[in-house]
Amino acid sequence: MSAASLRQFQDGLARALLEPELSPDDYAPEIARLAAQPAFAVYRNTVMKGCIDALQANYPSVARLVGEEWFRAAAAVYVRAHLPAHPTLAVYGEGFADFLVGFEPAAELPYLPGVARLDRFWTEAHTAPDEMPIEAAAVARLGPEALARTVLRPHASARWSWFDAQPIATLWRRNRYPQDGDEAEIDWRAEGVLVVRPGGSVGNVDLDAAGCEFLDACASGGTLADAAAAALTVDAHADLAHLMSQLLEAGTFGRMDHLDHYPPEQR
Amino acid sequence: MSVAPSAGLGLKPQHFDAALAAPADGLWFEVHPENYMVAGGPRLAWLEAIRARHPLSLHGVALSLAADAPPDAAYLARLAALVDRFEPALVSEHLAWSTWQGAYRPDLLPFPRTSQALTRIAANVERAQDALGSPIALENPSHYLVIDGHDWDEIDFLETLARRTGCGLLLDVNNVFVSARNLGLSAEAYIDAFPGALVAEIHLAGHTADPSLGAALLVDTHDAPVDPAVWALYERLIARIGPRPTLIERDDNLPAFDELMKEHARAESVLRAPLRRAA
Repeated sequence: MSAASLRQFQDGLARALLEPELSPDDYAPEIARLAAQPAFAVYRNTVMKGCIDALQANYPSVARLVGEEWFRAAAAVYVRAHLPAHPTLAVYGEGFADFLVGFEPAAELPYLPGVARLDRFWTEAHTAPDEMPIEAAAVARLGPEALARTVLRPHASARWSWFDAQPIATLWRRNRYPQDGDEAEIDWRAEGVLVVRPGGSVGNVDLDAAGCEFLDACASGGTLADAAAAALTVDAHADLAHLMSQLLEAGTFGRMDHLDHYPPEQR
Repeated sequence: MSVAPSAGLGLKPQHFDAALAAPADGLWFEVHPENYMVAGGPRLAWLEAIRARHPLSLHGVALSLAADAPPDAAYLARLAALVDRFEPALVSEHLAWSTWQGAYRPDLLPFPRTSQALTRIAANVERAQDALGSPIALENPSHYLVIDGHDWDEIDFLETLARRTGCGLLLDVNNVFVSARNLGLSAEAYIDAFPGALVAEIHLAGHTADPSLGAALLVDTHDAPVDPAVWALYERLIARIGPRPTLIERDDNLPAFDELMKEHARAESVLRAPLRRAA
């Protein structure tokens, strides 16, 4: 065999694995002889099954909403276009929510990409770096002036989003953590949610639009005064004390800094 | 550290609690390192807890040593970090490829065993061993296809790789059985010819007949108990080469932990048989 042929073999086999609709004439002869053997299906099936199983494990709420058959058919389309970029299948499917946005058969289910985003939040939170959460007591010790100059950085596992058209958090929760009594009709309204894993398990908290804005400001390095101002622009009546205690109780923050040293001209 | 020539179990998250509670005596566990290549969280904490009580083996599926490219540097760095953190007794991989041109295919893909491939794979093994700071063991994969262009017999290929790179070999007895059936070869002849001195670990697993082709095509599914014919090959191997660390591999259709411990006990009894004879 020539020096390039291991590479050519791999290129040909890699293509044949994912494009079963091609005829033998589309392959190099050595690949055509492989693809013509009935056992070639073992490789095709194993690759597809491995990827689809991983997507189903990583997007359980989406799978429950649409049913296994629909999910696996959609997943197969995704897999052909987006093979895993690395072998940790527990985090495979980063782009699945975006894929669903443009997936024609999902057009009648406009909430599906949002639910997929929350499944993705769960995966990212579950595998995020470990970090001790800031405790409420550490913040309670601060006086009002110190508090205003405090910067609380969201925990490495914290993910949040505001969904302005659908009750994505409720839909997600009902399918991620199904319980008896879930039959009650869903109030079709905008919702926000925070997903965070301060310790060993992933939790979630309802957030309003002001709360999401507050965390956006914290994430971009704003002080608590900045974050409060941002929240109030969204909702002038936002209950910031309640928001803070809710966030601290959920373990939302991973680092606390104090801007004690303003440049002289700002003192 | 090294692992005693005792039996171990493939460890799945569903069995973490039972595995933690299992008697530690000689029992070791094997995991796919890819499942633990995450920044933090419960997965790593579970593995820490297991490792505190039992020796660990890391059995990779994605180093893609038989690809015509060096191992992915980021993957190798993550694997090295796991080796540093968990200090496994054994690290192993497959004579196969899976990652190619930046995309991972969750399978162990075949290639023509040419001298060009041998040179490339030897370089890849050396690169991996340099990064990990220790030798790895290479596993014979399951075969399903008749491939044109093999210049090397598989055993000669593996033995030459081991001699060139200092790597060990992982003999998967189920893979031998499955491949022999699928390709019309003799499993006994393969087991008898395998270089015993190089065997660092043995794998035992279950297989399934293909749903459409039946017994003419066996698939290495790891979803069933070890087949009686595979146990017979294993006994034949141990009688010839003596006891080696032996893994019961189960990845799908998981039974209760106790069921796996029964297969584990059977492997233990086979491993002790030559010692009894020598005593």
